[in-house]
Amino acid sequence: MIEKKKSGYWLSHLGLCLGVLFIFFPVWLAFVGSTVTQDDILQPPYPVLPGPHFFENYSKALFHGGPEGYDTGQISVLKMLINSTIMALGITIGKIIISLLSAFAFVYFRFPGRKTFFWIIFLTLMLPIEVRIVPTYQVAANLGLLNSYTGLIFPLIASATATFLFRQFFLTIPSEMVEAARIDGATPMQFFKDILIPISKTNIAALFVILFVYGFNQYLWPLLITTTPDMQTIVMGIKFMIPTGDDYGHWPTIFSTAMLAMLPPVLIVIGMQKFFVKGLLESDK
Amino acid sequence: MAKINLKNLEKSYGKTKVLHDLSFDINEGELIVIVGPSGCGKSTLLRMVAGLEEVNAGSIFIDDKKVNDLEPMERNIAMVFQNYALYPHMTVFQNMSYALKILKIPKDEINSRVQKAAEILELGELLERQPSQLSGGQRQRVAMGRAIVRNPAAFLFDEPLSNLDAKLRVQMRLEIKKLQTQLKTTSLYVTHDQVEAMTLADRMVVMNEGKVEHIGTPLEVYTKPKTLFTAQFIGSPAMNILECECKNGEIILSNGSSLKVNTKHQGRANLGLRPEDFSIDDNGPIKLKIELMELIGANTLFHCRLEKNNEPVVVSIPGVLENKYIGKSVGFSYDNSKIHLFDINSNQRIN
Repeated sequence: MIEKKKSGYWLSHLGLCLGVLFIFFPVWLAFVGSTVTQDDILQPPYPVLPGPHFFENYSKALFHGGPEGYDTGQISVLKMLINSTIMALGITIGKIIISLLSAFAFVYFRFPGRKTFFWIIFLTLMLPIEVRIVPTYQVAANLGLLNSYTGLIFPLIASATATFLFRQFFLTIPSEMVEAARIDGATPMQFFKDILIPISKTNIAALFVILFVYGFNQYLWPLLITTTPDMQTIVMGIKFMIPTGDDYGHWPTIFSTAMLAMLPPVLIVIGMQKFFVKGLLESDK
Repeated sequence: MAKINLKNLEKSYGKTKVLHDLSFDINEGELIVIVGPSGCGKSTLLRMVAGLEEVNAGSIFIDDKKVNDLEPMERNIAMVFQNYALYPHMTVFQNMSYALKILKIPKDEINSRVQKAAEILELGELLERQPSQLSGGQRQRVAMGRAIVRNPAAFLFDEPLSNLDAKLRVQMRLEIKKLQTQLKTTSLYVTHDQVEAMTLADRMVVMNEGKVEHIGTPLEVYTKPKTLFTAQFIGSPAMNILECECKNGEIILSNGSSLKVNTKHQGRANLGLRPEDFSIDDNGPIKLKIELMELIGANTLFHCRLEKNNEPVVVSIPGVLENKYIGKSVGFSYDNSKIHLFDINSNQRIN
């Protein structure tokens, strides 16, 4: 029995380690690519161990968008990171606030058309942004939102999924909680602020992580709504750096940018991991 | 302290009527227990008084003020819920002071009021804990503390002890009684547990199917139940009900046995006999065939059948008795002053 257990233990660990290596290998290659020179990359074989040009490549990408003389017509990666982070934060915070409020309305208030509205919102779950991208662009353009943070954030700020998630969570909160608050004299907004939001905080944290990554990875919408380089997001930036046709591109810069682009979502995930896992596993009532 | 008057209250959900023309008064400082089986409308009634359910017809007065359309807060009542409904993210102190915070009462006063309530309820050391770190009994006390700090006109208890284990329930029952006597706050207490009702109540209201069956002190309800339902609902084991014929101060059971009783009623009636008012007596008028005995410590229960026509009767005799009675026919006498007679049609008491 013990022998059997042991071999199973090592086998499963071996499997897991292989899985990790499999996922991690491309990331490692990108990291190696970001620490060597262009020549090292263009001449086979591709290096497997990091080179000595880490600071050089990163600082050039971060502050100049690439090495001198290599004109990509782009802004610095730092600016792109800032743009992306502002967009992702705006989308995330906006989505959370709006869906909290709308779920609150659906669960705790009886107003005419409540069911209809809920199903309309629910139906939009099935429509991805690409389906409505032309009319949305038209509206944004008419409102003069091109090349602005508002334009980047605003059209993505409502979330049927998050509304639905919060609604389901609120439905599991015992009705006595509302009644106790009413007897304590809390107004609906006081109940929302003092009780509902604190109770939902693990769910909010989990959603924050998911939505931040979603917002950060937006590509199509920023591509449409921004035309000037200084509003470019990092995901767009990487795409523009990748060479087309006979062009070589500058791979150390591309790899550095890709590594940098991973940083904010990774930091958010690591920072919120505790809440994130808790929010997915248990509902703290 | 306040008095509460309920006048002709009615409530329906859709077409189902759950309360029928209900009226009674609660005096200042009184503890009224509403008791009844599940679905009798007792919780609905309590929630109407609290302001959590709309009133369809009739009125509720708290201190002579009609409160039908007031928010729960404006009625100045406090409620203790069955599952306590403590705010899980707040400490005990925050839970107890939340209502005061909303009223914008100065911090010093909040502190002193919470401290005082905590002292009464022996919660002093738990003020900084979260509800999840408390035991059931402690949570129950916090829920009561939350009610006390408000100094409300009335306490409303919605089956507050039914989530506790049996031993703790007895202890908390005593504490509630002590607390209520000490604070003298008018209270309305809903339960389905008749022992709780009997022990706590100044007066109790027995409800069935949305109607009041009997209002009276626990002793009255036990000794002189007004209706057949009350008679059967209060008392454990339940009262035996046998059909009988009354003739000139004599009751004749369906098997021919007769009992003397002081009543002018003539004709058929329902006779109620409490199991605990029987005693073994070889010359007794009631002959029962004993089928089964249950020894429950202080008492022995006899599950018997009336001789000749096999109607089931339960008898409870103090003390532990030997099994020698099983399968035998035994004579019992009954305390004639404790006979209950109910009208055969209206089920109202007639003696």
